[in-house]
Amino acid sequence: MNKILRKSNVFYDVYERRPGADKLTTTYCPGCGHGILHKLIAEALEDFGVQDRTIFISPVGCSVFAYYYFHTGNVQVAHGRAPAVGTGLKRANPNSIVISYQGDGDLAAIGGLEIINAANRGEGLTVFFVNNAIYGMTGGQMAPTTLIGQITMTTPLGRSVENEGYPIHMSEIIATLEAPVYVERVMLGDTKSIMHTRKAVRKALKIQIEKNGFSFIEVLSACPSGWKMTPIQGEKWVTDTMTKYFPLGVKKDISDTFEGRDFSRKNVEPSELHEVLDIKETRIDAEKIAPFIMKLVAEEIKIAGFGGQGVLSLGTVLSEMGMRHNYEVSWLPSYGPEMRGGTANCSVKISSKKIGSPVVANPTILIAMNRPSLDKFETGVVSGGLIVYDSSLIDRAPTRTDVTVIPIPATKMADELGNTKIANMIIVGALIKYLGIMSQEIVLDSIGDVLKRKELVPLNQKAILKGAEFIKNIK
Amino acid sequence: MPKQFLKGNVSVVKGAILAGCKAYYGYPITPASEIAHAAALYFPRAGGTFIQAESEIAAINMVYGAASAGLRVMTASSGPGISLKQEGVSYCAGSELPCVIVDIMRGGPGLGNIAPEQSDYNQVVKGGGHGNYKTIVLAPNSVQEMCDLGILAFDLADKYRNPVFILTDGFIGQMMEPVEFPEPIAQEKIPEKSWVVKGTAETSDNVITSIELDPDDLERHNLKLQKKYKIIEEQEVRVEEYHTDDAEIVLIGYGIVSRIIHSVIDELREEGVKAGMLRPITLFPFPKRKISELAERVKFFLTAEMSNGQMVDDVRLAVEGKKPVYFYNRMGGNVPSMKEVHDKVIKIMRLL
Ligand SMILES: Cc1ncc(C[n+]2csc(CCOP(=O)(O)OP(=O)(O)O)c2C)c(N)n1
Ligand code: SF4
Ligand SMILES: [Mg+2]
Repeated sequence: MNKILRKSNVFYDVYERRPGADKLTTTYCPGCGHGILHKLIAEALEDFGVQDRTIFISPVGCSVFAYYYFHTGNVQVAHGRAPAVGTGLKRANPNSIVISYQGDGDLAAIGGLEIINAANRGEGLTVFFVNNAIYGMTGGQMAPTTLIGQITMTTPLGRSVENEGYPIHMSEIIATLEAPVYVERVMLGDTKSIMHTRKAVRKALKIQIEKNGFSFIEVLSACPSGWKMTPIQGEKWVTDTMTKYFPLGVKKDISDTFEGRDFSRKNVEPSELHEVLDIKETRIDAEKIAPFIMKLVAEEIKIAGFGGQGVLSLGTVLSEMGMRHNYEVSWLPSYGPEMRGGTANCSVKISSKKIGSPVVANPTILIAMNRPSLDKFETGVVSGGLIVYDSSLIDRAPTRTDVTVIPIPATKMADELGNTKIANMIIVGALIKYLGIMSQEIVLDSIGDVLKRKELVPLNQKAILKGAEFIKNIK
Repeated sequence: MPKQFLKGNVSVVKGAILAGCKAYYGYPITPASEIAHAAALYFPRAGGTFIQAESEIAAINMVYGAASAGLRVMTASSGPGISLKQEGVSYCAGSELPCVIVDIMRGGPGLGNIAPEQSDYNQVVKGGGHGNYKTIVLAPNSVQEMCDLGILAFDLADKYRNPVFILTDGFIGQMMEPVEFPEPIAQEKIPEKSWVVKGTAETSDNVITSIELDPDDLERHNLKLQKKYKIIEEQEVRVEEYHTDDAEIVLIGYGIVSRIIHSVIDELREEGVKAGMLRPITLFPFPKRKISELAERVKFFLTAEMSNGQMVDDVRLAVEGKKPVYFYNRMGGNVPSMKEVHDKVIKIMRLL
């Protein structure tokens, strides 16, 4: 007991952060559990020699000013969010010892989601949950742990099951999760119970210090002011009444078999980052693109069809190939209100000049892969423009007479190659051949850089050639 | 040339990692989800942390923790998620924690839709959480800028110990364009932070907090923050000007709208109309002085926005009634077409 009575070195000698004249006493009321639990934690940190490594998170509640007292790293956080902040702290510096200290309003009400998920992830935190069955700080309102019949400022007739439901058993809930290593409910009553709490505090901290494990210690604790009791009545109420609703004891303990968690991050040098981020040089063959660099290109392409026809990738391949010819390019997918009924479209711009708007309202080229797309976009094509459509799927020809129309039985041709999905690449091949703004050789050579599935490169190349062949034959 | 063809949402992640960002905490939401996807892939590989948080509230608080510990850290979301983050943003501003928050705006209010809008302007630029605070807000309008302004965001965040937003719309997040990535920032170039809490002896006297119980203390803290914002307003304004030199008409827009305006200006110039564009790259600090100067010599302004008129309020404040400020908008996920903006200009010209 002597050791507990001596002020731990983990506490500041003088509480300089406390405003006002009194820099020696704490802000806690006589008989309050917070002060006792602070002492047990400070003593353990001192004994384990981890004062410097410790970061104490002050919650919102009566312990909001814990940082006045603990000479450790301190972070004060929003109401209920300590386990999330603790996650960020611990992951940043896995060697730090992070304590999330929270009241019942903080942890079980407003912060319910954060504690459940931090526990479930098995964050390397030690959580001290001070259950005093009331909101101490704000003047004694009901907490989720307030007992049935207990009178508080917001349950003036006593908590009723009908209106407020039952007191929440956080330890039991946390203990159902797989990741927590050690969960126990203890109390601050007589000396014996305090000594037992001391043991639980130390064990919980040890689990973090040695193995980065998540522990949860629920501490039944008196709030004489909130309960409108004397300290002695308070201690008795914790011991006799609270324990009936909140059975003490270990709810979960896998510390023997728990192997430990490693939150350390990989050490990656900045010089390695380009490789790690897949940042690669795009090959641009100056010699091969030479015949194209003087071309004045300003194509605005709308590509549309069913989802699954490769409409979006038709667009990205065209743009990527354009980029390899030093054109300015942009690609904008349909999404949002346009993306209904399984149709997809994208806007591609390929230009010799800087691209302003990436939106294509009036395409110079429409690639229609299905009937609804032709119906929808035909009228928008600029006069003198081009419509390419999949004539194996679309049962009508465009009605416009002021545009060039190229029907390509792309799906049928793709089937002949043994893969319906390659119809989009047949169109790529055809379009590139027809427009003459890109080198077919470059397209064939670099298609492998663009595709995700490298095993499909030969098939894609075949399709591009087949599309080009088609144009050659009709020209 | 080391060009890569990428989505804006991917570009911002690669840029962030090159800027030394070591942690990403976020909750998925369209049209920002590719940011989480790319972050999940690249952060662990690059020696960083990625966690899919249980909510945006948790995500921003994880950011609060990582920033307290001195890491360069980011999160990303869209409208509904940004609303949830505001509590944490206010705490970050109060505790003066550097962090980067990306908002890929979608349609609102409520669940709205996933199409692009610019209706988060007020909640981001005006400080949507409680208290007298400001965040620095950068507004990229290209995939390249998603990288470049993303990198700048981390520098500004550290320089001013302040949260920085990247505010853009679904189109800029979703579209693909070529990007050139810079070399990674060297660790020595990231400023040392003596105020952080890292679980070390040197940092054990530090405290990260936003509480000041005493009104005089809190007023002092607020005054200090306001002073910082003033310096930011003096030093960090960034704009893009296009044909403003001799412009009689100035169109103002940011994000995707500025791309459309850019093209409209080309059209108008071809028709002989002396039009120019002012694009705020920083929304806070807002280019008040620049607009005020232009107000001396132009005939009128036209602000185009995908909102009910949120930025135009700031334009009007800057113009101070010196010249008419017209407004053209679309909402709900519709993007103003070049024709709409063009015709609006012509219509106003006829009126005058
Ligand atoms: C978002 C938010 N809502 C409400 C409050 C007001 N508030 C401060 S402390 C508190 C209750 C704290 O109760 P508890 O967590 O049980 O801590 P105790 O004071 O009992 O130790 C509340 C509701 C706040 N600070 N922030
Ligand atoms: S109000 Fe209750 S919890 Fe708060 S300090 Fe007083 S006794 Fe402790
Ligand atoms: Mg309480």
